[in-house]
Amino acid sequence: MESNLITEDKHKNKLEKAFEILKTMASKPSGLIGLSIVLFHVVLALLSPYIAPYDYKAISPNTMLLAPSAEHWFGTDSLGRDVFTRTILGGRTALTVTFFGSLIALLWGGLLGIFCGLVGGKIDDVVMRVVDAFLSIPWILAMLLIVSLLGTSTEVLIPALGFFYGKGIVRVARAATHDVIAKDFIVSARARGHSNMSIIWNEIIPNVRDAILVEGAMRWSWMLLGFSSLSFLGFGVSPPTPDWGLMISNARGLMSFAYWSVIAPIVGLSSLIIGINLTADAFAKALGIDRSTKAPV
Amino acid sequence: MNEIIESVKNLSIGFNSQKGKQISILRNVSTNIKKGETVGIVGESGSGKSTLALAMMGYIKQGLFPLKGECLFKSKDLLKMSSRQLEKIRGRKIAMIPQNAGQALTPNLKIGYQIDEALKLHTDLNKTERDKKISELLNKVRLPSPETMAFRYPHELSGGQQQRVAVAMALAGKPDLLLLDEPTTGLDVTTQAHVLELLRFIAKDTGTSMIYVSHDLGAIAQVSDRIVVMYAGEIVLEGPARKILKEPIHPYTYGLLKSIPKLSLAGLPASMPGSQPQPGSINEGCSFYDRCNLATDNCKKNSPDLEHIKELDTNVRCFNYRELINQNNNLQTSITKKLNNSEANEVLKLMDVSISYAKQKFFDQLLNKISDQNPTVKDINIDIKKGETIALVGESGSGKSTILKSIAGLLKTKDGQIKFENDRILSSDLKMRNPNDLRAIQLIFQNPDESLNPNHTVEQILSQPLKLYFNLSGEELKKNIIDLLKKVRLGEFYMSRYPRQLSGGEKQRVAVARAFAAKPDIILCDEVTSALDVSVQAAVLNLLQQLKEDLGTTYVFVSHDLAVVRAISDRVAVLYQGRLCEIGPSQNVYKFPSHPYTEVLLGAVLEPDPDIKPKLVAEDIVEEKPPEKGCSFQGRCPRKIGDICNLEVPPWQIGENGNAIRCHINIDELASLQQ
Ligand SMILES: Nc1ncnc2c1ncn2[C@@H]1O[C@H](COP(=O)(O)OP(=O)(O)O)[C@@H](O)[C@H]1O
Ligand code: SF4
Ligand code: SF4
Ligand SMILES: [Mg+2]
Repeated sequence: MESNLITEDKHKNKLEKAFEILKTMASKPSGLIGLSIVLFHVVLALLSPYIAPYDYKAISPNTMLLAPSAEHWFGTDSLGRDVFTRTILGGRTALTVTFFGSLIALLWGGLLGIFCGLVGGKIDDVVMRVVDAFLSIPWILAMLLIVSLLGTSTEVLIPALGFFYGKGIVRVARAATHDVIAKDFIVSARARGHSNMSIIWNEIIPNVRDAILVEGAMRWSWMLLGFSSLSFLGFGVSPPTPDWGLMISNARGLMSFAYWSVIAPIVGLSSLIIGINLTADAFAKALGIDRSTKAPV
Repeated sequence: MNEIIESVKNLSIGFNSQKGKQISILRNVSTNIKKGETVGIVGESGSGKSTLALAMMGYIKQGLFPLKGECLFKSKDLLKMSSRQLEKIRGRKIAMIPQNAGQALTPNLKIGYQIDEALKLHTDLNKTERDKKISELLNKVRLPSPETMAFRYPHELSGGQQQRVAVAMALAGKPDLLLLDEPTTGLDVTTQAHVLELLRFIAKDTGTSMIYVSHDLGAIAQVSDRIVVMYAGEIVLEGPARKILKEPIHPYTYGLLKSIPKLSLAGLPASMPGSQPQPGSINEGCSFYDRCNLATDNCKKNSPDLEHIKELDTNVRCFNYRELINQNNNLQTSITKKLNNSEANEVLKLMDVSISYAKQKFFDQLLNKISDQNPTVKDINIDIKKGETIALVGESGSGKSTILKSIAGLLKTKDGQIKFENDRILSSDLKMRNPNDLRAIQLIFQNPDESLNPNHTVEQILSQPLKLYFNLSGEELKKNIIDLLKKVRLGEFYMSRYPRQLSGGEKQRVAVARAFAAKPDIILCDEVTSALDVSVQAAVLNLLQQLKEDLGTTYVFVSHDLAVVRAISDRVAVLYQGRLCEIGPSQNVYKFPSHPYTEVLLGAVLEPDPDIKPKLVAEDIVEEKPPEKGCSFQGRCPRKIGDICNLEVPPWQIGENGNAIRCHINIDELASLQQ
């Protein structure tokens, strides 16, 4: 007997559900491509310290600007460093910084948004104004200020990026919360006398989680671009850390005769951005479909 | 009269499931619509009645497709026509009136303009002819002052008036066939009765054939010549309206009629077990088998065909229909309920309660004062006894939910007090109430889709109150949850289900279980059966009554449905515009003398009986605000006696039946007026 209403996810635990979502995402070509790209980058980033053929910071005047060859797959840069080594390690830097940055954006943006949506009224107005005001400052300038005061270590970059990219998440979380708190199950929980914390945790978060996660994934790809732009402009991680933005910036002047040193980081950066974007899209669709599996009667 | 205008032949409509199987939601439907005839299509939600009605105008909802059969309109198959051809027919030959006409009207265009557009589209009249036609149409649908009505915007009309405009627009093209999909659902009782009366008049006056789709047998009974009963995508019974309603020979229709609470009957309606099967879950046998008390082994294996019975002019899909012929005097019975003993103590007292939604001025906010001369709810005095079911009835906007919310502490009262157990004042601020008081008063809401968290399993939903009030965990928590499920007649395996995997009735049972989890003294029920199908409503009402008899719970039961209130309540309080009109034991409120508003409400109730016509004694206007002075019902009262009604708040008078009425007319005089 097939009843698509009743049998669906009856005995599934969280892991199985996550797997189900992954499967749905991979069932469309765009989702499959996105997931594969992201997976490829993640695996490469994890393995990079072990498979990198050379030392990323070893400067050698003898090997300056060599074209790609069997020894140096992607050639070498103006300081004689291996471009392949620096590209795969650069991916590791980019992924680490932006992953933790997104996590921070997700946390503060999500929680503040939920809080504003829940309390509403004056407090909500004031908080949203402050958030807007803060973030209407061009973020690059603000980053410049932060970096010049605190330095360019990842301990500074990650929270700073997380802060600037959380704004959109505040808005999404707030809107989603607004929709949810009008529902009777929230009224019901309030009437029972649950605390605000318990209402946020038990009633609101399960219902806004999906929207916030999707937004977070989108922000992640934007943050990647932002982070690389910072490095490109010289406010990101400092040399000799292997980083795509830095690599592009250093090799820019040599493009006409040593194009190889710039192509690898550009391909790395754009493919990762596209991959995350496709994945986020598929993720949203998978969750959306999940919500409407009702029979169209 | 015998000319057939539309004929549906062996129509099946379905969709492809995610697993690639074909699932039909209409199966082998055949019926004919004759000229000038009104056919009522009745069925519970999901029975396929709207799908059938839409197919009858050549429209198939997205995601669905016809599997076989045809819809012949004047011998041409609508399902094979191009959209060009259909455009010529829709609006001109076949017109449709949807459920929410208010939403179908364009908000920023005047009524007259919108009717004019319909006329331009569907007729060849010139400007002056059209102008004449507009006022003619507005007149025909009996809108007040049609001259000025044409210059109003949709939002300036009440729901009933918007529905009349929709009827006028549908009539613009002089259609041969008018399709109405739940046209009065969501309107107030009095408005509903008026709109139905209008439709009946129009059908007679213009000779238009009508297809009237509704879940409400009361409404269907008022307009239909013939009735088609749908169940799980099939026609199970079809015949002349009077025959179907008075001598139903299909077990489903019989049970359905028995499960409708009736004004003429005290006591609870009989309920049918179970609920309608989901599309695609019926493989063999009769689709009603699970719920049928006449079922035999034959019914399990073979599915009955629609059989024509000549003597009765009826088609029926049942092997054992003969057992129901001449059985039907049984229809007028109900389950008697234990009346509450009136000596019990009071648990809850509302004393001079007034509630205001007015936005407070800054100064008043500082002083924590609410000033509003004309609050939404005013001077409510009700003493509620332990173990009784007291009902608050009134049309939408009469303040029923508002009163419940303030009892629950969700809304501050402006004046007055709410006293609980031994005259202890309950704070009107939720945060100031002690945990035990919070536990003692629980709420059940109208729509379980909104009141159950869609991301929680039934287990999580029920553990909320158990953890909060009794600190349960582990095995003990689980045992309590299973007990609760048993109380509401649900099996243990429901624990891991999500609300979307339950039927409407099952969801509401979970909501009931959650309220009882707190072991409350009082449960506030806000229209708890309004979102349910009738057969399910009866089961939930019986469940509530059973639980109350077992546990001694007190109910404050809010509803707009007077028949439901009669079935469940011990006492009734009638509200108009946030003011009490009448209060008394329910068996007495339903006798005269009644307050003039109660009289109007009772007169408008639609019984599933073509011989009981509603009495329309008051205009169905909607008032925005209660009047500042005098009687709250002065604006619509058919018995108004003069200035005194406008100026002075009427006094309470107590009738010999024990019901109290707030009216300037002497109560004995009211009695003789109503006799
Ligand atoms: N949140 C609100 N703000 C302002 N007015 C409201 C609000 N809720 C209800 N009202 C008004 O209060 C009156 C009573 O509403 P309600 O208690 O919901 O009536 P009922 O439950 O009887 O339909 C209506 O006129 C309604 O428009
Ligand atoms: S065929 Fe059998 S199961 Fe179906 S309605 Fe008739 S008696 Fe009941
Ligand atoms: S007091 Fe007057 S207006 Fe009010 S119900 Fe009585 S007769 Fe009607
Ligand atoms: Mg209400």
